[in-house]
Parts: sequence; structure tokens; C-alpha cells
Amino acid sequence: MERTRLTRAELEANFADLHPAYSRDEAVAEASRCLFCFDAPCMRACPTHIDVPRFIRQILHDNPLGAAETIFSENVLGGSCARACPTEVLCEGACVDKTLQGGPVHIGRLQRYATDAAQAQDLWFFEPGTDTGHRVAIVGSGPAGLACAHELRRLGHAADVFEARDVAGGLNTLGIAAYKISTELALKEIEPIRAMGAEIHLNSPVDANRLAGLRRDYDAVFVGVGLGSTRQLPIPGEELEGVVEALDFIFPTHTGPFSECYVGRHTVVIGAGNTAVDCATQAVRLGAEQVTMVYRRTDAEMSAFSYEYELAKQDGIVFEWLAQPVEFVADDDGDLRALRCRRLRLQGQGRRARLEEIADSDFEIPCDLAVQALGQAPVADELLGGIEGVTVVSGRLVVDPTTGATGAPGLFAGGDCTSLGAEIVDAVQEGKVAARGIDEYLKGGS
Amino acid sequence: MKTWKKPDLTSEVAGIRSPNPFWLASGPPTNSAYQVRRAFEAGWGGAVWKTLGEPIVNVASRYGAIDYDGRKIAGLNNIELITDRPLEENLAEIRQIKREFPHHAVVVSLMVESSREAWHDIVKHTQDTGCDGLELNFGCPHGMSERGMGSAVGQVPEYTERITNWVMEAAEIPVLVKLTPNVTDVRYIGRAARNGGADGLSLINTINSIVGVDLDTLAPRPQVDGRGSHGGYCGPAVKPIALNMVQQVASDPEIQLPVSGIGGVQAWQDAVEFLLLGAGNVQVCTAAMHYGFRIVETLISGLEGWMSDKGFLSLQEVVGRSVQTVGDWADLDLSYKVVAEIDQGECIHCGLCYIACEDGAHQSITWREVPEAEFVGGNGTSPEGARPQVSVSGGHQVVVGSGAGHVNIYEINQETCVGCNLCSLVCPVQGCISMVERDSGLPSMSWREYQEKLAKGEVEKIEPPAHV
Ligand SMILES: Cc1cc2nc3c(=O)[nH]c(=O)nc-3n(C[C@H](O)[C@H](O)[C@H](O)COP(=O)(O)OP(=O)(O)OC[C@H]3O[C@@H](n4cnc5c(N)ncnc54)[C@H](O)[C@@H]3O)c2cc1C
Ligand SMILES: Cc1cc2nc3c(=O)[nH]c(=O)nc-3n(C[C@H](O)[C@H](O)[C@H](O)COP(=O)(O)O)c2cc1C
Ligand code: SF4
Ligand code: SF4
Ligand code: SF4
Repeated sequence: MERTRLTRAELEANFADLHPAYSRDEAVAEASRCLFCFDAPCMRACPTHIDVPRFIRQILHDNPLGAAETIFSENVLGGSCARACPTEVLCEGACVDKTLQGGPVHIGRLQRYATDAAQAQDLWFFEPGTDTGHRVAIVGSGPAGLACAHELRRLGHAADVFEARDVAGGLNTLGIAAYKISTELALKEIEPIRAMGAEIHLNSPVDANRLAGLRRDYDAVFVGVGLGSTRQLPIPGEELEGVVEALDFIFPTHTGPFSECYVGRHTVVIGAGNTAVDCATQAVRLGAEQVTMVYRRTDAEMSAFSYEYELAKQDGIVFEWLAQPVEFVADDDGDLRALRCRRLRLQGQGRRARLEEIADSDFEIPCDLAVQALGQAPVADELLGGIEGVTVVSGRLVVDPTTGATGAPGLFAGGDCTSLGAEIVDAVQEGKVAARGIDEYLKGGS
Repeated sequence: MKTWKKPDLTSEVAGIRSPNPFWLASGPPTNSAYQVRRAFEAGWGGAVWKTLGEPIVNVASRYGAIDYDGRKIAGLNNIELITDRPLEENLAEIRQIKREFPHHAVVVSLMVESSREAWHDIVKHTQDTGCDGLELNFGCPHGMSERGMGSAVGQVPEYTERITNWVMEAAEIPVLVKLTPNVTDVRYIGRAARNGGADGLSLINTINSIVGVDLDTLAPRPQVDGRGSHGGYCGPAVKPIALNMVQQVASDPEIQLPVSGIGGVQAWQDAVEFLLLGAGNVQVCTAAMHYGFRIVETLISGLEGWMSDKGFLSLQEVVGRSVQTVGDWADLDLSYKVVAEIDQGECIHCGLCYIACEDGAHQSITWREVPEAEFVGGNGTSPEGARPQVSVSGGHQVVVGSGAGHVNIYEINQETCVGCNLCSLVCPVQGCISMVERDSGLPSMSWREYQEKLAKGEVEKIEPPAHV
């Protein structure tokens, strides 16, 4: 494990936008493919229900700022989502042009075109609602917390956000692959939320005690704490310096210059989800000579989206399927030298197939960096487990999906802590829905 | 193996022959020998030279266009006048071109002040070049009309007849009169041209228009130092207007002249429509300005293919074939019935038919939400023939047309459908909505017959529709 050896220019090129911005002519040509569907499938398939045909028609008629208003009115992180949403399984997956023309309208890229236009002018479209006198505390400044704060401000409630870290935005700022969302863009998307009057208090971790205090001092509390670090494999060698956790590998691409990021010449990534692909493609972009993804099952079962898998293949990543890590192996100096794996085979067919170890099949994958990307561990139980009325099921905080209400009065929640890990766009929607739930709750005076 | 039997495309209109029925209309593409030579080499059968007359001075800028949702130039407008090149130069070039291309049609468009001498003069000079015909520009709607020429002539039957007459006194070659569409009934002008002795008609010239306003400067487009003037409109958008006028003059018993059809031809289908409605050939301007001369290749190939397919061996078999299918509304059968039908296997669930019928027609399309699982599983709730497009990514099932857990299914209520066609026009899938004939159970009866029978008490008054 060492610092990247690539030059600044190489790094800039490697982390440049995966899909470059459209020019005006490209945007209009793409927009002209949209049929302007009735009760549009794409709009229904978008978790925040952005009126897609409307904003595309606004682009078509040279009104990108109007389009931006349409987008932001439902999704305050419209620029981030334009870049990082898995559109393949959301709006674009539903787009009827897939049948008609063999490919969907590129809704994400059009959304970016519109939101870029507004951001280039530092333009915002909404004003805070008339002051209601109600005050709401928000724990966590990730997409869920931010969306909740913005919607509360539109409704006239005061919104105080408490964020443990020294930077706002949660994983939207720190966790998304840098070639999808730049740190700069992620931070820029927070400005209008501040401008709407939401206070974001950084370096303000909330523990169970402080939460009780917030519940006393505020009229309602929204919890959007997300998830914790990714899980570690309990195997020998886990404590070696070259063995890291996915988020610790990703965060430096957002907290400092790329030139200070570390990478292994031979990097191994354990796991086959979207985070694992992000780690692997990041390693390639930081100059790793070889990157191997290790997964217990096969590509048929991998949880990464198809387009992420395609990207990984394009990046020349090697896949080691049906391999169970058993030990991180050190050399004589105590540095990571290899990942030892055991070969597995699938017994049976399809989803019910069982994994079986093959005797004497151990093999080593040489590596000087091993990234564990096995999914994030939940944190809600620790913070909320003791509160009367709150239900946490296997780490998942249970809420009413139509209001975001937990079972405890005045306590609402949304985002990854209630879903155990979804997308930015889901967190935004849940934050927005909860703000409306809180509004109802406050109006009800109960 | 079948071979494509190529039809004979040689064309003759008012005695002017050309190897195919595609001529360039008088305009910028026919401004010089250089261009006409390139056009003939590219395959055009004829060209009507840019209008000759007393040379004028043009302004800049000159053209404006309307784009349609991302496609450029659905319609074009111009404020250009007739040729700005010296008469002698033009005549020398025409002579040269005719020598180089003896079998192509070289027709020369003319416009001079309304005096007998002026017209005699230009006709004599022009036919001296050896050109095949003359076209009288009584149509230009801007600029020249302010000076008493162009449409100022073509809008008044008496002037049209008189000037045609003067021309015929001097002309030794066929003369076409080019009609302006900026009149209430083009047939009156056509009859005047016939009475004046014209050998044929060409139509339409451009339509009076303001193509748009610049939303930054607030001046009309095209602008000349911040001001504009009405101009002449042409291009694909004007074809339906031109087709109607061509059919009108072609079917008029008092006219009975060969017709050269102009206005919005850009695809071979457009050309075939003009021929079917009575034009002996077609002229093209805007499409050649937009894409260049080589579009004639696709025009020829499309026409040949269509004729082979239909078994037509020559243009004579095509020209005018549909003229008699157009008639008065009063003779259409009131009892004829069609209704819309959706092929559910083709439907992509865009809902455009629904909202068009709902907001713009007769509320005869219904929609219902079929849960995605049932739609994909095909358990009977989705209509027969529906074809789900399903894929999987990252463990998510992705179904085209599905959102929030359901797919919308659209169905026609044929009891209330009035058969207006609207849904089939908006449906983006070719062949998905068809209009199917239904027996109305009523004897055929036109409005005219209905009025007669009503007067004689032979039929009851037809009730207004139960469904609005
Ligand atoms: C590596 C990775 C890549 C991803 N890539 C994508 C992608 O490409 N596209 C996509 O749509 N989604 C992606 N996601 C998912 C997406 O980032 C999350 O779904 C989304 O950020 C969840 O938002 P959230 O607000 O619920 O939580 P988070 O974004 O996790 O934000 C929670 C915030 O709460 C703060 N916090 C936590 N505990 C406390 C406390 N006790 N007191 C105060 N503050 C606290 C945290 O510091 C953090 O700022 C990715 C996730 C990961 C891990
Ligand atoms: C820029 C321009 C200049 C034109 N100049 C003439 C002209 O000098 N004489 C004439 O008879 N018609 C002129 N026309 C009209 C065309 O010959 C033709 O009648 C009209 O454009 C409709 O055909 P289209 O739709 O194929 O363009 C001109 C058209 C344009 C666009
Ligand atoms: S489904 Fe596709 S075509 Fe229809 S409105 Fe959405 S983007 Fe446009
Ligand atoms: S034909 Fe007209 S009335 Fe009938 S379903 Fe279609 S749009 Fe409605
Ligand atoms: S317009 Fe055509 S494709 Fe769209 S829903 Fe109607 S029938 Fe289906």
C-alpha cells in the first residue's frame, strides 16, 4: 500500500465525469426523443417522482432553468442524483423508448444539463415558508437530513441540523465515487439549503443523551444517521495495515487531493456489491496495476447493478468468483503479501444453490492492499434502541413509510438507517416525506 | 429471385420534357450556371432559373425558419427578391447550360414591370437562349409586389390574364404561369391564366408570412438592422396547402391545363402525392437549400421503388390518379363507421392515446393499473397479447413502462369512439392503433342525400350523439 504514483493530470483525467455534460444541442436532440408520456412511467419509477416529461419538454423548448425548478421542487439534490442515480433500474429502466427505440431517453444526463444551468448562475427557486414558530432538530446531514431540512424550511419550520463530521452531506459528499459526483458539486448542492435558513452544526455528534435533550428542546426530531462502517471479515490478518474498510478507502478521494490517496499495486476488493465495484474502479483510477474482485458466489448473484459490472469489466478488473477469503497473509516484514482464499462450488440450482468448500483448494492472490466491501453495519439501535415506542428490527429503524414517523411521538426518521442501505434518491424522498409528516404532526399539535 | 423492374420516369409537362419529374424550383439553387450544372450532374431532371428581370438589390439577412421540437426547418421564410445578377450574364449562362444539357429541362422564370414592351422584350431575349420554356412569376409575395409585380399581378385575375396574353404574343416556347397561394380561391387565377393562353400552371409560390420574432431583440426574423418585413413561407410545413391547391386546379373543368406541383416536397412520398393529385412533375426549393442537390437520389429511388411495387410503368399511369377521390364534404357517406383498436402486443404504455382522446377528443379510452407482478406473470389481468419487456440488474427486476409497482393498460371504448383518428395519429408505434371498419347497420347516405330525403320526409332527423 502506498500513495498513488500517477501525475496530477493523469488523476484528473481518470476521475473526470463518467458521462460528460451535454451541450445545448445534444440536450435538445436527446430531449426530442421523449414522447411526453401521460402518467409517465419514468416519473412513477423515480423515487422522488420528479415530473420528468415536464422538465424534458422545458429543455426541449430552451428553458433549462424552468426544468431545474421542476427537478429541485421534488428533489433538492437533483444535481447529485442526476449523476449518481442507478437510472437503469429507476426512471430510465421504465422509459418506454427502450421498447420503441431500443434505448431509454437519457433522463439522468438531461437532469444534469438542467441542474447545471441553474447552478452555473447560483439560482434557487424557492423561499422559506411563513415562519410557523416550530423548531425541528435533524440528526445527520446526509441526503435524508438535508432533504428534510429543505422541505421543513419551505413549510416555514426552523431546521437545525446536527452533524457528527466536520463536513456536511453524509455519503453524498464523502462516499460516492468521485468520477460520479465531485466533492465540489456535492457541497454546492448544500448551499441553497443553507440559504433557505437551515442551520447546519458540524462536529456535533448526537448520542442517546443528547437526543433526549433535543427531543425536549425541539418540537420534533428527525433522525437521518445513515449506516456505519462496512463489516469486517473475522479472519486472521484482519489487523494488518494493508487491510482496510471500504469507506476508509473511498473517503480520502473527497477529503484531500487525489495525489494523496493511497492504493495498492495489486489491490484486492472483497465483495461484489456497488460499493465493491466503486472501490475496484477507484483503485484502477488511482493507478493500481492489477485489481481483483473476490466474491463467494458468481456474477449471476452479484448485487452490483449491471452497468456497474460493465464498468468494472471495461476497467480491466479481474474477477475471482466462488472464492472464500480465509486469511490475510503477511510477508516477513509484517506487510500484507496476499489474500488466501478457498475454492467453493455451488450445489444445486438457482437461488437455492448452497455453497460448499472444496477440500485442499486454497490459493493465494498476491496483493499489497485488501479492501473489504461487505456492506455497512447499522447504527440506529445504539442511538435509539432504548426509546419507548421505537422499533428496530435487525438494525433497521421501523417507520411509517407515508410519514416517516417512528412509534415515539415527535420522532421521525428516514434514509439508510430506515432502509439499511438504498440510494441517495431514496434518502431524499424519505427526508421530504418525513418533513411533510412532521408538518402534519405539528399542525395537529399532538 | 425477383428483379426490380425500373419504371420509365421521363416526364412531360406542357410540352417540356425532362428525364425525370424532379425540377429545381426557381430560387437560390438555380441562381447560376455553376449551380444548375451541379444539379443536373447530381440527377435533377430540370431547373427553373432564378427569376430574371430588372436586376434588384437584396438585403441582409434574408431567411428565417421554424424548427419543430429539435428538427430544423419545418418551414422556411425569405425576403429575398428576384435575381440580382445582370440579365446578359444570366442569359449567356442559360445558353451555355442548354448546350451542355440538351435533354434536361431548362425553364426560365420571368418578372418585369407591367408593360407590354417590357414583357415582349424579355420573352424574346430569353427564348433566344434555346431554353425549353418560360415560367411567369406572378407569385412573389414580398418586395416585388410593392412595385406592382409578382403577387400584385397574381392576385388579380384581370392582370394575370392580360400579362399572360402579352407573353403569349411573343412566346414561341411553352409558358407556365406560376400561381400565388395568397388568394381566396386559386382557381380564379388559374382560369385567368388559361384565358390568357398559358400552356400550363405551376404552383404554389410562397405564402405570406412572418416566421417569428427574436425574443432577445424583439424584432421579427429575419431582421435587417432591427426591422423586418413579411416574407414568403415554404418548406415541409406548406405541403398540405400546396396539395389542396394543386388538386383544385387539376380538377377544375374550366382550367384543364398541365400542372407543375410545388411546395414542401422533401421526401419521395411528397412527390408521389403531388403526382397523384394531378401534378405532372414537382419542383423543389427548400429541401435542396437545406440538404443540397444529392437529395434527388433518394427522391428518384423512392419514386421508382413505389412505382415498381405498385406495378406502374410510366408516370402517365400515376399523374392525376387520385384527383377524383377528392370531392365535396357533402358527398361523403354519413353512415360509414370506423373505430380505433389497440394492438396490445405493440403498445408501449406511453398513455399518449389516452390523454389525447380524454382532453382533445371524445373520452373513449380507459386506463387501469395492472400490478407489475401480474403484468409480467401474465395471469389474465393484462390484456391478451401484451408483451412485457423485463430485465434484471443488481437483483432488481426492471419492467419497461412500469413505475410505482404497476403498468398502465389502455383500452378503447368502441361504443363511444367516434372514429376521429386522433389516437392513431399520436401513437408513436407504427401500426399499434388501427382504425377498423364497423358495420353501422345504416344504409349509405351523404349529407346531400340526407337533406333531400329530409325535405321529402323520407328520413327522420339524425339524433345528436348520446356520448359527447
Ligand atoms: C461507497 C458507497 C457508494 C455509494 N454510491 C451511490 C451511488 O452511486 N448512487 C446512489 O444513489 N447512492 C449511492 N450510495 C448510497 C447513498 O450514499 C446513501 O443511500 C445515502 O447517502 C443515504 O443517505 P442518508 O442521509 O440516509 O445517510 P448518510 O449519507 O450516511 O448520512 C448520514 C449522516 O449522518 C451523520 N451521523 C451519523 N451518526 C450521527 C450522529 N450520531 N450524530 C450526528 N450525525 C451523525 C453522518 O456523519 C452522515 O453525515 C453509496 C453508498 C456507499 C456506501
Ligand atoms: C429564398 C427563396 C427565394 C425564392 N425565389 C423565388 C423566385 O425568384 N422566383 C420564384 O418564382 N419563386 C421563388 N421562390 C419560391 C420557390 O420557387 C417555391 O415556389 C417555394 O419555395 C415552395 O417550394 P418549396 O417548399 O420546395 O421550397 C423562392 C423561395 C425561396 C425559399
Ligand atoms: S418514459 Fe421516456 S419517453 Fe416517456 S416521458 Fe419518460 S422519458 Fe419521456
Ligand atoms: S378515434 Fe378518436 S374518439 Fe376514438 S378512441 Fe381514438 S381519439 Fe378517441
Ligand atoms: S399511444 Fe399507442 S403505445 Fe401509447 S399507450 Fe396508446 S396504444 Fe399504447
